[in-house]
Amino acid sequence: MTPPPDAPLLVAEGLTRTFGHTRAVAGVDVTVSAGDLVAVFGPNGAGKTTLLRMLGGLVRPTAGRVRVRGRDLRSGDPTVRRPIGLLSHQSFLYDDLTPLENLTFTARVYGSANPGALAHEALVGVGLEDRAHDPVRALSRGMVQRVALARALLADPDLLLLDEPFTGLDAPASRRIREVLVQRRQAGRGAVVVSHQFAEVWDIASHMLVMMEGGVIMRESPPPDLSVFMAQYEGLLRE
Amino acid sequence: MSSWFRVTAAVATKDIVIEVRSKTAILSALVFAALVLVIFNFARDASLVSASVLAPSVLWITFAFAGMIALNRGFNLEKENGALEGLLLAPVPRSAIFAGKLLSNLAFVGMVEAVALPLFVLFFNVSVWRILPGLLGLIVLATVGFVAVGTVFSAMTVRTRFSELMLPMLLLPFMVPPLIGAVQTTTRLFDGRPLSEMIGWLRILALYDLVFVTLCVLIFPAVVDE
Repeated sequence: MTPPPDAPLLVAEGLTRTFGHTRAVAGVDVTVSAGDLVAVFGPNGAGKTTLLRMLGGLVRPTAGRVRVRGRDLRSGDPTVRRPIGLLSHQSFLYDDLTPLENLTFTARVYGSANPGALAHEALVGVGLEDRAHDPVRALSRGMVQRVALARALLADPDLLLLDEPFTGLDAPASRRIREVLVQRRQAGRGAVVVSHQFAEVWDIASHMLVMMEGGVIMRESPPPDLSVFMAQYEGLLRE
Repeated sequence: MSSWFRVTAAVATKDIVIEVRSKTAILSALVFAALVLVIFNFARDASLVSASVLAPSVLWITFAFAGMIALNRGFNLEKENGALEGLLLAPVPRSAIFAGKLLSNLAFVGMVEAVALPLFVLFFNVSVWRILPGLLGLIVLATVGFVAVGTVFSAMTVRTRFSELMLPMLLLPFMVPPLIGAVQTTTRLFDGRPLSEMIGWLRILALYDLVFVTLCVLIFPAVVDE
């Protein structure tokens, strides 16, 4: 069944995930429509990464479901994953390959007509074309993060899921990510960004949610003033 | 269908490039194969057991254990930086990923066998020229099945804490049928027996390949699913 053109990019309902006796995520609902940027905040262990991994289909929910453009993410049809690009804590890169080889491989798997050119273009996009032929193991943490971002953006996904994208990045690289996210919002693409760096995401987010102990404890759209929020947030952490 | 082959080729090529560059599995497996052959050669009492009696078993034990080292590497390289998850995110059939890994594992194990066979001839002083085409065909037939099973078990164990230990424990029982068939057929080949005496074992090996390659393609998506 073809979803209606105005169907949200992603609808997650009642997402729950338990690991043994620990409930990492408890009944979380998330909707991402075209042009939305949902910022997810919360202390360590709040369930943000698990939530993001469930949205990307890497973790099976114990309960609840995720629909991408109206189709169940776990339907078994691999094409349902096509609109998703994910930047995780891990880079998904092979250390023995160069950035160019890593991205060319990804482009080939995704079915690009000209994988080499697409990979080179992606490296130019993150300003790493001069390191294209060095092995990934020879790159700094920040450079690896930039290649990983290029990898997530390579197939021009409608929905970008970013887990701590600003980690290890210098100011110009962080600025570049923000520019990419703003451009993508303007182009009607969606994103979910998990971050501890509130200031980096605050003014570009359309929605904000705060997680604690697996559940959503605050949801604002658009996000309130940052200083007001910080006072509320610190209060919540103390409780 | 063309996308299926494209993914298979991309995964296999990527693995081979990484292995050629790092030489991790191939070197370890080759050294191991040479050591096994040396140990068997010197541990044998030549006055009691002739080389030709022991040779088929030693050949297949060497292939099996050296192959297992190569198989261990198959998914371990996907463990670095969570690369397997990156691969699983791609909108492609997981059976194509399996086929790619199977091809690269076959290439690794085949390479180990290609080096171990001349070493075996050297240490055990057996002539294989006369039976070389038949022996090569048998090696291919016996290797495909256990490498397919090994590829799935390698994917299964890579997320465990003791994957290097778990893989042999899981794989060895499944290697028994092809190893018995391969040893029996190799013995008959060395003895110059007619094809009619080997055809039964060859059928068993072919059936094993067919059944296990099909099963592995079918269960791989469930194995790699979280």
